[in-house]
Amino acid sequence: MRRCTSQTKKRIFLIIGFVLLGFVLFSIVPAFAQDMTDAEYRPFPMIGSRNAAWIAAQLHLLFGSFILGVPMFAVIIEFIGWKTKEERYDRMAQEFIKLCMGAFSTTALLGGVLVFILVWCYPKVLSKLSGIFGPTMIFYVVLFFGETFTLYLYSYGWDKMQGRHKGWHLFLGVLLNIWGTAIMFVSNTWLTYQTSPATQYGKLSDQAKEGWLEHTLSQNPELTRAEVLKEVTDTTVINLHNETTGEFLGTVMDAVNNFTWMPVNIHRLIGNIAFGGSIVAAYAAFRFLVAKTKEEKAHYDWMGYNGNFIALCGLIPLPFAGYWLGREIYMFNNTMGVNMMGALFSWLFIIQAVMIGILFIGANYYLWSGMGRIEGAEKYARYRPIMIAIIVICVGIWMTPRTLSSISSASEQTAMGGSNHPHLGLFGLMTAKNTVVNIVILTTFLSFLFYRRSGKKPTANWKKLGNIIISSVFFLGVVVIVVIGIVGFAVESDVRVNVLTPWQVLVALAVMVVVTIIDIFMYRKATTSGTIKWGEMTERSQYVLILLAITFTSLMGLMGYARSGLREGWHIFGVMKDTSADAFTPSLSSAVNMVSIIMVIFFALVGFIFWLGLWGERKKQKAVPTMESEAIAEGND
Amino acid sequence: MKKPSLFTICFAIFIVCWVFLRFFVGGVISKPIPNSVIAMYMALVFIAILVHISVEDTRFREFLRPIHETLVDENRQTRRLVFAVLIPLLMLGFTYTNIAKKANPPGDPRTVHPTPPDNLTYKDIVLGTMDEAENPHRHLEKDDPEAYKSHVENGRTVYYQNCFYCHGDHLDGKGHFADALNPLPANFQDPGVLPNFSESFFFWRISKGGPGMPAAGTPWNSAMPIWENYLTQDEIWDVILFLSDYTGYKPRTFGEGH
Repeated sequence: MRRCTSQTKKRIFLIIGFVLLGFVLFSIVPAFAQDMTDAEYRPFPMIGSRNAAWIAAQLHLLFGSFILGVPMFAVIIEFIGWKTKEERYDRMAQEFIKLCMGAFSTTALLGGVLVFILVWCYPKVLSKLSGIFGPTMIFYVVLFFGETFTLYLYSYGWDKMQGRHKGWHLFLGVLLNIWGTAIMFVSNTWLTYQTSPATQYGKLSDQAKEGWLEHTLSQNPELTRAEVLKEVTDTTVINLHNETTGEFLGTVMDAVNNFTWMPVNIHRLIGNIAFGGSIVAAYAAFRFLVAKTKEEKAHYDWMGYNGNFIALCGLIPLPFAGYWLGREIYMFNNTMGVNMMGALFSWLFIIQAVMIGILFIGANYYLWSGMGRIEGAEKYARYRPIMIAIIVICVGIWMTPRTLSSISSASEQTAMGGSNHPHLGLFGLMTAKNTVVNIVILTTFLSFLFYRRSGKKPTANWKKLGNIIISSVFFLGVVVIVVIGIVGFAVESDVRVNVLTPWQVLVALAVMVVVTIIDIFMYRKATTSGTIKWGEMTERSQYVLILLAITFTSLMGLMGYARSGLREGWHIFGVMKDTSADAFTPSLSSAVNMVSIIMVIFFALVGFIFWLGLWGERKKQKAVPTMESEAIAEGND
Repeated sequence: MKKPSLFTICFAIFIVCWVFLRFFVGGVISKPIPNSVIAMYMALVFIAILVHISVEDTRFREFLRPIHETLVDENRQTRRLVFAVLIPLLMLGFTYTNIAKKANPPGDPRTVHPTPPDNLTYKDIVLGTMDEAENPHRHLEKDDPEAYKSHVENGRTVYYQNCFYCHGDHLDGKGHFADALNPLPANFQDPGVLPNFSESFFFWRISKGGPGMPAAGTPWNSAMPIWENYLTQDEIWDVILFLSDYTGYKPRTFGEGH
């Protein structure tokens, strides 16, 4: 048989390439060739407008989240390095910022792509939004310039601004975070407004109050001004639009201060830290796996540990922020709330429980694996099976659906006595889920406490008493959380949502604060009973770090689908109807497919950017052995 | 007696968990659990075992040792042979039981709860948005307990004249006709029913019945009649008060926003 020469192969590839290019061109050209100067919508070729906007927005958000999250902890780590005079912290913070620099231009590029897609495909929507939010868009540009130049100064000035200039450099870091946070808050106004274009009467500007009053009187001519005002309290939900014409009634600040703006801000702020930490940890894991020397392994093991620690710090308060966001959605619109948690999107929250379960199990796994490289940590191993059991049981309860109609056969439903299981169905209620979330968080905190204590011997003469107090605080905390959870089944929802659940959260936070304070004092003058052998982690644990980053990314994509999809057939909920061909809400399965595709693209882009960074560094690394790696390998944390 | 290997212990734990869920929880102390839910819990048990054995290298090697021995040890030929026969047989059995389905209709694929409309209506009268519409008699609970009681009593009469045939004497969904219906009538004694939805939601479900369900998420197959054709507005609000009074669960209310 005649073998294919490389020349022939090239020709074949060239022909295939031309055919594909021709196919793409033929598909695209007809869409652009139509006269659509005044069109309300313009179709995006091949994949459709919604998918194009979805991909661009999600990728922009993922990169944006990374570049906003990383500087937050980079500046803290830099500060720690400055105060402790340990150069390795400073180097790690610089390495984080280098990763950020690589992703920064891609974020801006994707933002540009998104705007072009919106201008092309959704001109009327963009026109409506810019009509309301015009001033914020100008402010956004100013902030973006501020962010860009501060990042350049912060990154390129790192080596120059050491020593007596370090304080100024840290100031730049803080400034960078202020710009970044402000940018996110501004862009959040636009998308949260699309979901909840309403606020409370007490928060309205005078202009909006007057506009709303006039509108209400015109709709109800039989009412007097005094009668309308009598019915209104500061907490009354006020739509910011004329119900008939859709005309905006308030000022830009009324639109900014909509129902879901601040909860989304807080949720994303914390989420960025968790996501940034997980991506950094995944990067470190990858570098650990391909490392050739012990020093390199030690350095990236240490970096991965720090990345995971940061991700955990963000992950622990994240469910609380999410709960607040959910509550505000219910407050804004009861139907939207029912749709989210009980109807169309309810299965998404089961997937969410599975994924957050993976995050908590994975984060704990990594901590437990890390204890294997600390001499003296063996004594905590006996608690591990109990902790695994607690976490897994809690995750099991969390992911139990309330109604099993779509995952059980007719005979199974008959045997159960309906679509709800008489006992397991109780796990599907929020009071049960909130209870187990708090217990998982406390168990994860306990894992971290054991990790922190590993290799140390407390010298405080009250250490026994301290341990008794800590154990009692944990025990009491869990008992109180469980009791509140049980009471939650019997009270009205208003009490559960506004009183009991916040108390559960406060109890969990109080346990963590009290235990941390006692532990810090107990281990203040602790002696070292063993060193940390950085670099001696199992490879499995590194794959877990990569899994965590993938899970975070998928979770962000899926919850983004929920946040956006809740509007259903509206561009601006209740104000501007989506009349395009893509107006339907995509099914959960198609959303999962789309999010998976976006995740693959994101990791391909991130991988490419990180690889570019490596490429330039390789020669430099060969020439200069890393001092900090050697210091880490010697065994300090 | 020889100490069982880690692999054997883990395998035994896995089986015990399955038996516990399938026969103890799903038989002795409660109703049978659907296979999909058992599979979900067993996946978690598997992950828990995997986490426990793989955190430490020594334990992981200890766990893998019998598998490794079975695969490569020259003295384990009989065991290898047994597994070579057993594993394909198990796969065959699993495939057969999954393919050779009995005449068993699939479960109802509807979503969990119907999405209510934006506005609450009675016949063609708009009573307000779903968020705004309130039970006009609810305030009497505090303002005039006697009047409230009479509304509850009226609701009781309406319930036992119209609803109890399906929803049962004790409001637990076990009425005379219940067994003939799929989906089963709502069980108001379940803590997940009344506290999760507002009174306006219940008014909508009662007044519009099965035919008033939204187009999305079909088929609903609800046998609930359109009660607005037979009951007055007040009677519907009163029956909701009765449901709440009898069970002790209050429908969802919304406090202050942020």
